[in-house]
Formats: sequence, C-alpha cells, structure tokens
Amino acid sequence: MPETVSAPRTEAIVTAAPRRKLSFALLRRPGFTIPAVVVLLFLVISVVPAPFASLFGNGDPRECDLMYSGMPPSSGHPFGFDVQGCDLYANVIYGARPSITIAILVTFSTMLIAIVLGLLSGFYGGWFDNVLGRITDVFYGFPFMVAAIVILTAIGVRNILTVCVTLAIFSWPTQTRVMRSNVMSVKHMEYVRAARALGASNGRLMRKHILPNAVQPVIVLSSLSVGGIIAGEAGLTYLGVGLQAPAISWGLQLNTAQNYFNSHPHLLIFPSLFLCVTVLAFVILGDTVRDILDPKVRK
Amino acid sequence: MSEALLTIEGLNVSFGGRDQPKIRAVRDVSFTVGRGECVVVLGESGSGKSVTAQSILGLHDPRSTSIEADRLELDGEDLRSSDLNRVRGSRIAMVFQDALSALNPVHRVGQQIAESLRVHRGLSKRQAEERAVELMRAMQIPDPEQRARNYPHQLSGGMRQRIMIAMALALEPELLIADEPTTALDVTVQLQILELLRTMCRERGMSLLMITHDVGVAAEMADRIVVMYAGKVVEVGSVREILKQPKHPYTRGLLGSVPRTDLTSLPTPIPGGLPDPRRIPEGCVFAPRCELAEARCFSEQPEMQHGATGRELACHLERVDGSDGGRDE
Amino acid sequence: MAGYIVKRLLQVIPVFLGTTFLIFVVVYALPGDPIAALGGGKQHLSPSVYNELRQRYNLDDPLLVQYGKYMLNLFQGNFGTDFQGHEVSAIIARNWPTSILLGTTAWAMQVVVGIPLGIWAALNRGRFPDHLVGIVTTLAFAVPVFVVAYVSQILFGVQLKWFPVAGVSAGWPIAFIVPAAALAIMGLAATARLTRSSLIENLGSDYVRTAIAKGIPRRQVIMNHAMRNSLIPVVTYLGIEFGALMGGAIIIEGIFNLPGLGNQIFLAIGQQNGPTVVGISTLLVIVFLVVNLIVDVLYAYLDPRIRHA
Repeated sequence: MPETVSAPRTEAIVTAAPRRKLSFALLRRPGFTIPAVVVLLFLVISVVPAPFASLFGNGDPRECDLMYSGMPPSSGHPFGFDVQGCDLYANVIYGARPSITIAILVTFSTMLIAIVLGLLSGFYGGWFDNVLGRITDVFYGFPFMVAAIVILTAIGVRNILTVCVTLAIFSWPTQTRVMRSNVMSVKHMEYVRAARALGASNGRLMRKHILPNAVQPVIVLSSLSVGGIIAGEAGLTYLGVGLQAPAISWGLQLNTAQNYFNSHPHLLIFPSLFLCVTVLAFVILGDTVRDILDPKVRK
Repeated sequence: MSEALLTIEGLNVSFGGRDQPKIRAVRDVSFTVGRGECVVVLGESGSGKSVTAQSILGLHDPRSTSIEADRLELDGEDLRSSDLNRVRGSRIAMVFQDALSALNPVHRVGQQIAESLRVHRGLSKRQAEERAVELMRAMQIPDPEQRARNYPHQLSGGMRQRIMIAMALALEPELLIADEPTTALDVTVQLQILELLRTMCRERGMSLLMITHDVGVAAEMADRIVVMYAGKVVEVGSVREILKQPKHPYTRGLLGSVPRTDLTSLPTPIPGGLPDPRRIPEGCVFAPRCELAEARCFSEQPEMQHGATGRELACHLERVDGSDGGRDE
Repeated sequence: MAGYIVKRLLQVIPVFLGTTFLIFVVVYALPGDPIAALGGGKQHLSPSVYNELRQRYNLDDPLLVQYGKYMLNLFQGNFGTDFQGHEVSAIIARNWPTSILLGTTAWAMQVVVGIPLGIWAALNRGRFPDHLVGIVTTLAFAVPVFVVAYVSQILFGVQLKWFPVAGVSAGWPIAFIVPAAALAIMGLAATARLTRSSLIENLGSDYVRTAIAKGIPRRQVIMNHAMRNSLIPVVTYLGIEFGALMGGAIIIEGIFNLPGLGNQIFLAIGQQNGPTVVGISTLLVIVFLVVNLIVDVLYAYLDPRIRHA
C-alpha cells in the first residue's frame, strides 16, 4: 500500500535528540544532584573516615572510657557516647565503611552475574535456559530472612565477605530474569537479524548488538536495589548473624542500642539517622535514573 | 457545497507545560465538513492531523494541552461551551487506528458496544446487548451472538476494526471521525473496511472526517481533501482538484511519492524530513524541503488564498485560481 | 482454564522439591553435632542413647535418603519431632496463629491504605497529593523495618502509652496494630506506587481514550475501564506479599515479643534445631507456592488475555 517515504526519517530525528542530552538532563534534576552528592560524601567517608571522624576533636572510635558509658551529647562529642564509653560520632562515621562496601560489592557482583547468565540463557535458550529458569524459581520460593540466617549460621564465619555472598545469593535471580527477558526481546530485533545475516559471530552479536540494548533495565533495577541491600545488611547484623564485634557498623550499633533504647535513645537515633539518609539517597538516585531512562514512566 | 456540519476556524493546539518546551502541534487550522460529506485530512505522520481530529472531541489531557480556536462548532453549536459528554459518542463518534489497543482488553466486545447505549440511551443491560449483536450483524460480522462474547484479543484485526465501527455507530452520530482506521490492517481487509465505512455513511447520511497518510485511501473515500503539513493546512480542494491538479509543492511531492502499480514512473520521495516542532521555520513551513523555494518563502508566511470553487492554497509561488500547474511569475 | 491450572501445578512440583531439598542440605550442613549440642555441648549422653538418637533422626543415612524419608513423612502430614522431642507440627500449631494474625493485619493495612493512596496520587498527578505520596513512599522505602519498629515502639508504647509495648496479652487488635503497621509499611509504599503508576499508565491508554470518545462519564471511565486493568499488577503484587507475610516476621516478632513462627524459627536456628528449622521452612515454602498458584489463577481470571493464551 502506498505510504509517504519520509516518515521513518522523522522518527529517527525525534528519538535521537533526547539520548544525547541524557547526562545534562540528569545534572539539571535536584532529584539526581542532591542524593548524588550525599552518596559521594558517604563514599569518601568510607574510604578515608579519619579526617571526618576527627572533625570534633575525638576521632578514634576505639578510644573508650567506661566512665562515659551512655552519656548524652556534649562538647567535642556531638552524638554522645556508646555503652562502652566510646565516642558515638566517630563510631557512626567509621560505620559507613561496611555498609557502603557491601552495597557496592553486592550490587556489582549481582549485576555481573545477572548480565552474564541472563545473556547466555536469553540468547541460547534450550536446556541451559530451562535449568537456570528452574533454579531462579527455587530461589524465589525461599523466605529471604530465614534462608539468609540459616546460611550465615551454617557458614559460621561472619564478615563482610560472607554477608555479601549471602545477600548476592538472593539478589541475582530477579535481575537475571529481567536481563533474560530483555535479551529475548532484543534478540529478535531487525538490527540483530541484519548483523547475523552479515555474518557476525554469536559472541560478537551478544557483545556488540544485544548487550548494549538489553542492559539498561538491569542497571536501573540495580540502582533501585542498593538501598535494600544496605538495609538488608543492617537487618542481618542487627539480628546477630551479620557482622560481629569488634567490627564497627551501623547494624551492630543498632543491635547494641536495642537493649538501652529507653535510657539512652541517642544510641538508636544517630546510627539509624545515618543509615536512613544513606538508603534514602540511593533510593532517590535509583528513582531518578529510572524516571529518566524509562520513557514510559517519564511521560 | 452542502451546509456545514462541523466548522473549525483558527484552531491552534499546543502541548507542553511549565518545564517543557511548548510544542505547537496544530497552527491556525480551518476547514469545514458538510452534511453527508466525506472530508479526508491527508498528511504524513507528525503533520498534526490526528491532533486536529482529537481536539474536536477534547480528547487531550487538558493539563498539558492548550486548545484555542476562533470557531469550533457542530451544527452551529459551540463545542467548547457544551457538555462534551453529550456530544461524544452520540453526535460525534470516533474510530481509532489500532483497534487492539483502543478496545478494553478485559471487557467482552459486546459489552463495549453496549456500554454507549446504556449510558446515553439508558437501555437495560439486556436490551443494550441485543442491540449490540444487531449492530455487529450490520457490520457483516459472522455469527455475532458468539463473537459478542469474545474478548478483543480473540478476534482478527479486521474483525476488531468492525467492532470499533459498530461501537461508533451505535448511537447514530451525525459525524464519524476515523483516525487512520485501516493503517494497521492487511491490504485486502483495508478495502473491506473502507467499503463498510462508505456504505454506512451513505445509508445513514452521516458525515465522515477521515484522517490518513495514505493517498490511495484518500482517493478512494474523499469528497474533499485537506492537506496538512507540519501543523498547518497547505491546500484544500475537491478530490478531483487535489489529485488531478495539485498546486502546493508539498501536495505534488506527496502524490509523487506514491508507488504506481503500473510502474510507469518510480516514486520520488520528498527530500528531507518534517521540521522540529519546537523550531518551526519562520516563513513557509515547507520551504526547507521545497525545491522551488525562493527567498521570501523563508521569511514570510504565505497567506491562505481562497479560490472560487472553495479551493484553498497557502503558497507564495502558486495562484489558487491560476491555470493548471503553471507557475505565476 | 482447567488446563492452565494443571500446567501451573505441574510446574510447581520441581520447584517445591528443589527448594525443600536445598533447605534440607543447608540446615543439615550446619556445623557441629546437633545431638551432642543437646547435652549442652558437653557429650555426657551414653553411647547407646547417642546412637539411638542419631538413628531416630536418620542422621547416619546419606543426605538424599534422609531427605526422602522426611518427604515421605511430610506427605502423611508429619513434620517430625525436634531434638527436644517436641512435635514440630505442635510448634507450628502453637505459633502460627500469632503470625497469621500479624500478617493478615499488616496485609489488610496495605490493601486498605496502599491502594487508595495510589489512586489518589494518580488522579492528582503532578499536584500536591501526588508529590506527598511520592515523598512519603520514598521515606518508607528508606527507613529499615527495625528502625520503624523501634521508633514506633518507643513513641506509641513507651512515651504515649497508646498501645502495649510488647507481647500479645492485650489480644487482637490492640496488641497487633503497631507491629502490623511497622511490618506493613514497606509493602504499603510499594502498593501505593504500583497502583499509582499502573493507573497513570492505563489512564493514558488508547482504550481509555476510546471510552472518553464514547461520552462515558469520567467517574465511570475510571471505575469501569482504567481501574480494572490497573489493579491486575497490584493484585499480583499483593498476593505474593500475602504469602510472604503469612510466614511470620523474624525482626518484628522479635522486637514486639510476639510468639510467632518467625520468633520460633530464629530461636531454632540459634539452637541448631534442624527438624524445627526444616519443618517451618518447608511450611513457608508450601504457603509461598500455594499462594503463588492462587495468584496466577486470579491473574488469569482478571486478564482474559492470559486465560486464553
């Protein structure tokens, strides 16, 4: 049937324009810049905590005096003291490191696993896809908390690495599924067929044509789940199966605080405030990235 | 020409709110649809023809759209001040391009036809559904009792479009607006649907405003053709005038880009693409793509010329009543 | 429809076996000798008693045989006995009702508050209610559940004394309101957001435009057309959430000292009480799978496109 020839060209112009401006679009949004600054700040704090901790003159989290146990905020000690009589501010600052480390390790390892497995299973299909599909089903069936506690109890060693592994075990299935379904839909696109017809190898097809076009939703999902990972670590630690003393972490501080919350509420307030602000920054960041990348929500 | 049923004068539609750049999708569009007449609005995608059609019934989100017009009247009644819900469906009905997405996926098609009858005519559920089956039969849908109980996804594309038409005709409207009603269909089904639309209009004395990018469809259906480009009307005339003696360079380009089955001439595409709606050229909207454009085409907007036979043309280079195709120099 | 249900049922079986086997493997891989742990860590059980106990719990069989024996018992409704000699089914019967009450209350809050909040935001898109719901739900996502629980316990229990600080002696509903609210809050925010985005998407859909073009009054367009379609993903989410909430909540039950399943399983893990952990986990998996199956059927009922696929 007759059709005007110039239509596709118009579409190309319309869709090409916003993509180029994405980075500017991000920077212009307060929903991006504010949480990004907060995240960056916590990142710096977790790499070099010392200068931040000594802002008020008492920067050593392990310099404790039981005489001050549970004392409320005072000059030089803006957050007061914990039950061991250590400066709470210094402890809260040092507590950022495990949370941020775990968040980064789990997010990136999960993303990597999801991208590789999702790519292979979506591209090749067949028995690999079937087996992987059933395995993700099995992981979906687990009650997360119960399973995580059992695993951490079974491993017996509780440090950043084991907590990371446990969190990652339950994070990869969701993302792998998303990646797989993206790969499946991209696989049938005209440009992939065209590349195949031109003789591109499977490896090249996956790397050059499918991956860049299927990876975006996984990135969005990852950025949305960072907050949940931080909260998950704090929850496990809080229950006593995550990080263990003498490590310094917000979860541990809250774990101790639960026994004293009535007499020393500041023990609960300051670590949870830092925890909430960090999670909040990641959640808002993820939301903004999704809003910009996902045109359906953007409209 | 017969008395005007629908009158549009100086219609401007723009999108975008506070933080987005304003997009003027339709600018200063005027045309009429007479009683029993079929007017086809012809133009490529992005020319503002669908926006024009939808703004007649106020279907755009009022928060992000501003619609201004000197006149927007149905049979002398101002559409902007009347209760649109009494006009929609009952006096002006609409058929959309993609029936699969335009029909509600979770309701049976019979129910969807019956809904208008219940809301506007106050029929009981049973009466309305019986009437729906009758309408489906009138649309030549085989086994309508059965089909009425189907969901949209269970029907073929042509069948769904017949359901859409049955739904639109349920209240015997005076004007039917069909927005690319056959674009999503196979060629053979297209012809059947066009035939059905034409029969229905003739039998019921209904006016038809049809939106299409397809010159073939326009030739098949139109009494008059309104050619739109980049949100503006560039040429209006009877189907004969437009197809035999196109005057606007864009109309000529449009006709020239139609592949002919007899292969006497290869289609010539119009070079370039539609202008960015946020940066509309200052002069004639078509000038950047026009082979004949002169200096003033880029600086001055051409006035609409009104010809003797009701023909209209917006071009610096052509006279509306000038001789066939000759350039006025 | 019947074929669809049978198909889903068949898909559930391998998942059930895989999940329960994995639980079994992990739990019995817990370090230490559970029988020895019975005697308080020091082995002062006589060798004959010790061997008898190992035999009763099939601990000397290969893992796969242990698992097979366990499953056979399970299909006869027998969840086994724990290392202290309590029937696991009795533990479940004693503690589950508390978890069910807590979970149902929390779930009801998500439905009754979450959906209307989402609708309110969607119908006022870009205006004050939408921004308010957006901010509140973001905060709800950001504050970890145990912080919410503690703060509300201090505020409503200790300071204002409106509700009991902990325990279930005050009965339902008064003892359950604060813990259920704390438990509900994240899912409530998710429900509200999902409802909002789904309704917004459907309000902008072609078939809603068709309904408007038919002259259907706005109220009816929203109720009959947009809402029904928008609730499909929300129902799916809430269904799965219901399954998750039924399994008890370890943190909330711990903080508010509610004798539920979550509390029980947490204790059992600490005591390396394998049969209890496996029993309760298996129950949770069954609940999860059954609820999922129901959700799928419900989904097919709501969306005819799935039903006829």
